[in-house]
Amino acid sequence: MTGRPTEGYYGRPIIKPPVWKDEIAWYLFTGGLAGGSSALGLAARVTGNRALARSATFTAAAALTASPVLLVKDLGRPERFVNMLRVVKPSSPMNVGSWILTAAGTAAGAAAACEATDVLPRVRALSQGVAGLLGPALATYTAVLISDTAVPVWHEARNELPLVFASGAAASAGAAAVILTPTDAAGPARRMMLAGAVGEIAATTVMERRLGDLGEPYHRGEAGALARAAKAATAVGAALGAVAGRRRFAGRLAAGLVLGGAVAERFAVFRAGFQSAEDPRYVVMSQRSPR
Amino acid sequence: MGFFTDTSVCIGCKACEVACKEWNQVPEDGLLFTAESYDNTGGLGADTWRHVAFIEQDRPLRVGDGEHGDGFRWLMSSDVCKHCTHAACLDVCPTGAIIRTELGTVVVQEDVCNGCGYCVPACPFGVLDKREIEDDGRVWKCTLCYDRTRDGLTPACAQACPTESIQYGPLDELRERAGARLDKVVDGFAGARLYGEDPNDGVGGFGAFFLLLDEPEVYGLPPNPVDTTRDLPGMWRSAAVAAGALALGVAACLLGGRR
Repeated sequence: MTGRPTEGYYGRPIIKPPVWKDEIAWYLFTGGLAGGSSALGLAARVTGNRALARSATFTAAAALTASPVLLVKDLGRPERFVNMLRVVKPSSPMNVGSWILTAAGTAAGAAAACEATDVLPRVRALSQGVAGLLGPALATYTAVLISDTAVPVWHEARNELPLVFASGAAASAGAAAVILTPTDAAGPARRMMLAGAVGEIAATTVMERRLGDLGEPYHRGEAGALARAAKAATAVGAALGAVAGRRRFAGRLAAGLVLGGAVAERFAVFRAGFQSAEDPRYVVMSQRSPR
Repeated sequence: MGFFTDTSVCIGCKACEVACKEWNQVPEDGLLFTAESYDNTGGLGADTWRHVAFIEQDRPLRVGDGEHGDGFRWLMSSDVCKHCTHAACLDVCPTGAIIRTELGTVVVQEDVCNGCGYCVPACPFGVLDKREIEDDGRVWKCTLCYDRTRDGLTPACAQACPTESIQYGPLDELRERAGARLDKVVDGFAGARLYGEDPNDGVGGFGAFFLLLDEPEVYGLPPNPVDTTRDLPGMWRSAAVAAGALALGVAACLLGGRR
């Protein structure tokens, strides 16, 4: 790096920071929550845990109702949101994601409606199956979406981000189900919350390490504060969840902390992208010295 | 078809910026005093499709000038959309609003763009941006004057350029001309190089390439730009692994009984 004019042109960014607003960071969370909950709902249904299947299915439907609202709100021309579905374009993760979201949202909505009214068991089984199988794709495609950019801290983490998002999705879906499911049916949700939380901390740590100097945004400024808060909340939540066992209040407090940690982690990733794009040093670093 | 911008003859007159704005009816985006030499547009964006960069350096312009010159040089360069052969903006656009024209140029269809903003961080040069004024909300960039070039005319900026720093033509012809020009100046100008003329680079060669007199970074350009979608298959593989792990993990959690 020495001797290179790394400050660039009056310190101005080489690439443009994203124009996405906070709605997109929230969607990174709700998409993961919906994907994890759909998968949990299907698995609970298959194993005959009806109470857990119901709560997970409702959570998925709620998160999948919020998701498109958040996404459409962020568009420069919201009335043209349907243009997302005028083509099928595998080279665009956002286009692929729009199709996944449309299918998963429709299925989860139908499943929740059948679950709530207790009618059409075959439609319920089919829609729960579709939503559950699409869940893991819904929870991870967003990692592909943001790594498929020129933003160094996202693009260079392209192998680790899907695991960060998948484990975060498991943690949030498990935690939501811990809060909403009767305690004597919530065993699987507790385990999912704990495994997800541990996975999330492990995956983010590995990602930040492998990024090396490019991972600096995760230790600085707003993204740094969010990343630290996310790790702390997730770790405390997981520890508390492990000792709380089936205790009602402590278990739900732990779940709340894990949910908060998952939200903070998505915001940390989101903000780190802006910080990474705004400083021309990172672009030069990623292109001049291959890791 | 494309551009060759020879910055060694740019005089910083900004006729290209003005001609572009007038022909394409690009809105005014602030006449700012940036304190960055003669630059008052800062960089390319939704409402600046040609941007003249001004760089002041404490070194002589020509090799050998240091002995009797004052050791100062002024670099000027008219930046523009690179119209990449492998264009990330076009690849990631979810609506198909960004297209490749019959001339090989990259154009945003303003009647299709819904302002999702994905192309903005996907572009390795920071060319595209969302137009926030006039409640527009869509993304805009250089069209390489598609409405002129498809009728055989020269783009407005190249037409207006008084020194032929901006040249428009078939890319292979321009590359030949650029090579010859580099041979002429390389001994006289310290740091002269072509930027973006190689069809084997990370974006498959620029449709608008340059002769620069210093490292690309000095002009605010990326040293080795890469089309991000080149790595897309690997990204989907990583996501598939993570999705599989999530599915297996959920299944494993259900095995331990309901309590």
